[in-house]
Amino acid sequence: MSFWVETVLLLAAMCAGGWIFRFVGRKVTNNKPFFRDMSYGVAFGYVLGAAVLVWLIWAYMLSRSSDMMVANKYFFLGKAIEGFLIFAVAAWIFRLFGRKVGTEGSRKLFRSMPLTASFGIMIILIYAILAIFAAGIAPHGQEEVFARANIVPGGDVNLGGDPAFPLGTDQIGRDILSRLIYGAQNTVGIAFVTTCLAFFVGGSLGFLAATLGGWTDQLLSRAVDVLMAIPALIFSLLLITVASAWFTGFGLTVSMVVIIAMIDSTRVYRLARAVGINIVVMDYIEAAKLRGEGLAYLVFREILPNATAPLLAEFGLRFCFVFLTISALSFLGVGIQPPLADWGTMVKDLSSFINYAVVAPQIASAPLLAAGAIALLTVAVNFVVDWMLHKSSGLKE
Amino acid sequence: MASILLIIAQRLALGLVTLFVVSIVIFTAVNLLPGDFAQLILGQGATPEAVESIRRDLGLDQGPVVRYFQWLAGAVQGDLGNSFAQANFASFAGSDTGSGLSSVAGQIAPRFENTMFLAGVTAMIAVPVAITLGVLAALFRNSVFDRATNILTLSSISSPEFFLAYILILYLAVQNQILPSLSLVNDDMTFLERVRMTLLPALTLTLVVTAHMMRMTRAAIINLLASPYIEMARLKGLSPMRVIVKHALPNALAPIINVIALNLAYLITGVVVVEVVFGYTGIGQLFVDSVKIRDIPVVQACCLIFAAAYILLNLTADIMSILSNPRLRHPK
Amino acid sequence: MTEQLLKVRDLKIEGRSDETWNPIINGAGFDLKKGEVLGLIGESGAGKSTLGLAAMGFTRDGCRISGGSVEFDGIDLVNASADVKRNLLGKRIAYVAQSAAASFNPAHKLIDQHTEAAVQHNVLSRADSEADGIELYRKLRLPNPEEIGFRYPHQVSGGQLQRAMTAMAMACRPDLIIFDEPTTALDVTTQIEVLASIREIVEEFDTAAIYITHDLAVVAQMADRIKVMLKGDEVEEAETREMLSNPKEEYTKSLWAVRSFQRPQKPAVQTGSTPVVSVKNVTAAYGKVKVLHDVSFDIHSGRTVAVVGESGSGKSTAARCITGLLPPMQGHIEFDGEVLPLDYRKRNKMQLRQAQMIYQMADTALNPRKTIGELIGRPVQFYMGLTGNEKRRRVEQLLEEIELEPTQYINRLPSELSGGQKQRIGIARALAAEPKFIICDEVTSALDQLVAEGILKLLAKLQDELGLSYMFITHDLATVKSISDEVVVMKDGRVVEQGPKDEMFKPPHHAYTDLLLSSVPEMDPDWLTDLLKQRGVDNIGDAAVSNM
Repeated sequence: MSFWVETVLLLAAMCAGGWIFRFVGRKVTNNKPFFRDMSYGVAFGYVLGAAVLVWLIWAYMLSRSSDMMVANKYFFLGKAIEGFLIFAVAAWIFRLFGRKVGTEGSRKLFRSMPLTASFGIMIILIYAILAIFAAGIAPHGQEEVFARANIVPGGDVNLGGDPAFPLGTDQIGRDILSRLIYGAQNTVGIAFVTTCLAFFVGGSLGFLAATLGGWTDQLLSRAVDVLMAIPALIFSLLLITVASAWFTGFGLTVSMVVIIAMIDSTRVYRLARAVGINIVVMDYIEAAKLRGEGLAYLVFREILPNATAPLLAEFGLRFCFVFLTISALSFLGVGIQPPLADWGTMVKDLSSFINYAVVAPQIASAPLLAAGAIALLTVAVNFVVDWMLHKSSGLKE
Repeated sequence: MASILLIIAQRLALGLVTLFVVSIVIFTAVNLLPGDFAQLILGQGATPEAVESIRRDLGLDQGPVVRYFQWLAGAVQGDLGNSFAQANFASFAGSDTGSGLSSVAGQIAPRFENTMFLAGVTAMIAVPVAITLGVLAALFRNSVFDRATNILTLSSISSPEFFLAYILILYLAVQNQILPSLSLVNDDMTFLERVRMTLLPALTLTLVVTAHMMRMTRAAIINLLASPYIEMARLKGLSPMRVIVKHALPNALAPIINVIALNLAYLITGVVVVEVVFGYTGIGQLFVDSVKIRDIPVVQACCLIFAAAYILLNLTADIMSILSNPRLRHPK
Repeated sequence: MTEQLLKVRDLKIEGRSDETWNPIINGAGFDLKKGEVLGLIGESGAGKSTLGLAAMGFTRDGCRISGGSVEFDGIDLVNASADVKRNLLGKRIAYVAQSAAASFNPAHKLIDQHTEAAVQHNVLSRADSEADGIELYRKLRLPNPEEIGFRYPHQVSGGQLQRAMTAMAMACRPDLIIFDEPTTALDVTTQIEVLASIREIVEEFDTAAIYITHDLAVVAQMADRIKVMLKGDEVEEAETREMLSNPKEEYTKSLWAVRSFQRPQKPAVQTGSTPVVSVKNVTAAYGKVKVLHDVSFDIHSGRTVAVVGESGSGKSTAARCITGLLPPMQGHIEFDGEVLPLDYRKRNKMQLRQAQMIYQMADTALNPRKTIGELIGRPVQFYMGLTGNEKRRRVEQLLEEIELEPTQYINRLPSELSGGQKQRIGIARALAAEPKFIICDEVTSALDQLVAEGILKLLAKLQDELGLSYMFITHDLATVKSISDEVVVMKDGRVVEQGPKDEMFKPPHHAYTDLLLSSVPEMDPDWLTDLLKQRGVDNIGDAAVSNM
C-alpha cells in the first residue's frame, strides 16, 4: 500500500511544483510573455520532465553502485543511458565532420541536418561497412562451433566469460560476436535485395498504371486491392508454408525473398501509382503528350525524375518493413534458414537467457543485443526518412 | 440521405466481393502444395487403403472447384473442416478415421476469443493514450515535448515486437516481479486475473500501436490546424480549447477514425509474434504452430479469419468517415 | 469622426525559412480614424496580408513582429497578453478572408458560426444574435435570408458565402474589419454585388476597415485613402482621388500606366480567305455532362481571337477540343482548310507541331527537373531534328527572342526563375516548334499586372515578326481590350456573341456581353456609385444574370 501512497504524494508534489515554477518564473522575469501566457498544463509538463531527468540520473548512479544486487537491477538502464549518450556524442562529432569534409553540396546538407538524421546516416554507414566486410571483421566464422558453449558475454573470467569471446558463445558454442557481424550481412543483405525486387516490380507497374490509365490501371489496382486485403505477415506465413513443401534450406530462403518482395510490391505499387498520378496531371506532361512523345520518354524522362524524392523516402520505410517482417519470420522459425547467422533466429535461440537477468545481467544481454541490432538499424533508417520527408514537405510551402 | 445509404451499400458489397476473392486466393495458394494431403497426413508408410479412406473423408477425390465451394459453403456456416493434426493422431491411435477427426472450428473458437480479449485490452489502453498524446504533440508542435515524443515513437515503431516484449519482460517480470512473463490464460480465471495475465502482451502491442496512432493523429491534426477556417476561428477570439474542440475535432473525426481502424488492423499482424513470445493461447500462436506442422485446414481457416477481420476493420473505417463527412450527410 | 482608432508605427515583421528569420515587412506605419476605409494595395509578395493581420495583433505561424508598435484604441497590441488580444478579436476587430469557402468550417451551419463570436464574447444572447444574423443577411441582399443561415457552407455559392462572412464579421458590430482580398476568387459579375454590399454595410455601421487587394479599380471604389506597398516597403499613401489623379512615386505611376497598352485594330479579314483554325459546330462532353454546345468560330492568319467568359463557360474545353485532348462528340476542327483527326494520338507530327499551347500556371507547365536549355531544346530536337551545337544555337536564338540573356539562363532550373520569366520560357518552348497557331490559356492571369503587361507586349511583338495566330483564352476584359483583334464571348458552353473587337466594345451588345462589360470595375472612384444608380441595387451580379 505504501507504494500507492508514495505515488499519490509524488503526484501532488509535482502538481504543486508546476504552480510554484510558473509563479516564481513570473516574479523573477517580471512577467515576461513566456511565463505570463504559460498555461498550467505546460508548467506541469516542465516539472514532470525535470522529475524524469532527475530519476534517470539517480538510476544511473545506482547502476554503478557497489552493492551488486542494486547494480544488477539498474544494469540495463545504466547501459542504455551510456549508449544513448555515446551515440549522441558520436552523431554530433559525425555531423561536425560532415560539415567540414566533402563536396559543397554534402557540406550544405550536413549544416541543416538535425542530430537524429546524422545519427541515422552514421549507423547506416556502420552497418553497410559491417555487412560488406563481415568476413574480414568477424573474429570467427558464422558456422564455427567451439568446445565451450554458453560463455557469458563481457569477457570477465570471474563471471564465466572468456576474453577470446567478448560477447560469449551460444548454446551450441558459436561465437555470438561473429554471428552478430555475419547477421548484418545476411539479414540486412537479404532485406535489401528483397526491397529492391519489390521496388522494381511495384514501381514499374505503378508508373505504368498511372501513365496509361484506363483498363491497365483498373486491372492492376483491383488485383492489388485484393492482395492487400490479406495482412502481410499472415499472407507471407501462408505462402512460406506452401514453399516449405517444395524447398528446404537455402532454396527456402530464396523463395521467402521472392514471396515477401511480391507481397511488398503491392504497397510500392500503391505509392508509385499515387505519385505518378499526381505528376501525370501536370501541364508539362500534357505538353509532352501533345508534342507526340512516346510512352518510354514520358515515364523515364518526364515522370521518374520528379518521383525520386518520395520514392527514396518510401524505399527507406519499405526497407524497415521488410527487414522487420523477415526478422519476425526468422523469430517464428520460418524465415532465414540455418546455418546462415541471422538476428531474428538468434533472438529466438537465446531468448531463455533473459530469465538470468536478476543474478547475472550480462547473460541476459545476449538476446537483447541481437534484437537491439535490428532495432538500431530500423530506428536509424526511420530517422533519416523522417528528416527527408520533413525537408521535402518544408520545400512545398 | 438516400445517396449516402447507396454509397455505404456499395462499400459493403465491395467488401464482400473482396472477401470472396481473397478466399479464392487463399484456397489456390494452399492447393499449390505438392502431392496428396492424405499422403502428407499419414506419412510414407501408410497403406493405400488408409490413404483412400482419408481421401474420401476429406473429400480429396473431388475436383478443386467442387472442393472450393464445399469449403466455402462450410465456412459460411461456421464449419471450417477438420484438422490434419488431429486426424494424424487419430489414425495412429488406431481409432476409426471417420469419427476421430476434430473440427477446426472447435479448435479455433476458444483461441479466437482469447485473441479478441488481448486486442480489446490493447485497444482500451492504446486508443485514449495515443489520441491524447497526438493532440498534445500537435498543440505543442516543435516544442521539446514534441521532439522527444517524435524520437520515442519513431524508436518504438522501428523496434521489432519481440525486442519490446523482452525489454518489458526484463523489467516487469524478471527484475521486478510485477507481472507474469508467461501469459497462460484459462477459462477458470476471474476477469481480473485474466487481465493481469494479459497485461504484458497487451502492453507490448500498446507500445507499437500507440506510437503509430499517435504520429498519425498528430499529422492529421496539424494538417487541420493549418486550414483557413481554424485561422478564422482564432481570429474570432475564441479560446484555444474551443478552437480545438468545436472547430478542429469535428473535422478531425474522419482521419482519427481511420487511424484507429488502420492500427487495429495492424494489431492482427502484431498479435502473431507477441502471442508466441508470451505463450498466449490465441489464434496467432495456433496459426504459427499449424504453419510449422503444415496443418493445412487450420492454416487456411486462420488466414481467412485474419483477412476477414482486416477487411471488416477497413470497411468500418471507410463507412465511419463517410458518415462523418458533412458534404455527404447534407447533400446540396 | 476624427477620433483615432488604429495607430501602426514602424512595424517590422519577419518570417522563418531555412532556420533563419527574413524580413517580410521592413517598417510600415499608418493611422486609421473611426469609420475610415484604408486600401492596402500591392503585388504578390508585397506583404499586404501580413500587414493587415498584424493590425489585429496577429501573426501567422512562422512569423513574428520584430519591431514597431500597433496601437488599437489605446491598447498596445504587440505587447498585449493573449487574453487581452482574444477579448478584442471578433468583438472589436473582425476579419474577412480571401476564400470564404475555405474559411467557413465545413462541419457547422452558417448561423452557428455567425453567432459564435457574439455569444462567446457575451455581446448578445444566442437567440438575439441569430435574429440579428438574419437581419444582416437581408441587408446584404442574400437570397432567402431566413433560411440560408441554416445551410452548411458547401451548400452555398462562393459569392453568397463571401457576403455571409461579411455578415459574420459584423456580428459584434466591430470598430474595425480587415478585408483580405474578399473578391479575388470571384467572377466579375459576382464580384460587383459583393463589393456593393460590403460598401453599403460598412457605411451603414460606420465601421473602419482595411481593404487589402491587388486590384486598383476595386480599391478605388472601396477606400477613402490608399497605401501602396512593394516587397515589404511602403511606397506612398494618399487620399483616393489624389492618389488616382496624381501619383507621386515612379512605381505607383507604372502601376497606373499598365492599363494603357493597346494594339491598333487590324484591317478586316478578306472575305473568302481560309482561316488557320476553324472550329465547326463542336459539341463536347465530359462523360455524360455536355459542356460545349454547337460552338463555331474561325481564327485567321496573324490574328488574335480572344475567347472570353466566366468560370465554367467552356472556354478551356474549347481549347482541349482543338488540341485533341478531348475529342468532340459532334463537329470537327479544320487546320488550313484540312480536317484534323479528332484525337491527338491520331495526328501526325506535322499536325501536332503546327498548333502549340501556352499554359496559365507556368509552374506546372515546366518540368521542374529540367534546365531551361533542355526544356526548349526538346521540341527543337524532336520536331526539327537539330542536335549538338545547332540545337544549342537555336535555343540561344529563342531565348533572345523572348528577351532573356541566353548564357545566363540556359543552365538554370525553372525554380530559379520569376513567374514572368517562367511564362517566357513557356512561350519559347511553343515557338521552338515553329508553329502557325498558339493557344494562350489565361497566360497572364497568374501574374502581377506589370509582368503581365510585359508578356502581352512580347506576344504582340512575336505575332508581328512571325505572323502567328493566337487563340487567347481569358476572363479579364482589360486583357481582351489590349491584345485581341476579334472576340468570342462564351456562356454556359455556348457562343453568345462574336465579332471584331471594335464592334464588340461599342453598343449595342448582346445582353450578357453588356453585363460582362459593365461589371468590370474602372479606375474612377465614382464608378460603382454611378453603376448602382443606373442599374439599381437589385439588378447586379447573379440577380442580373438570372434576370436575363
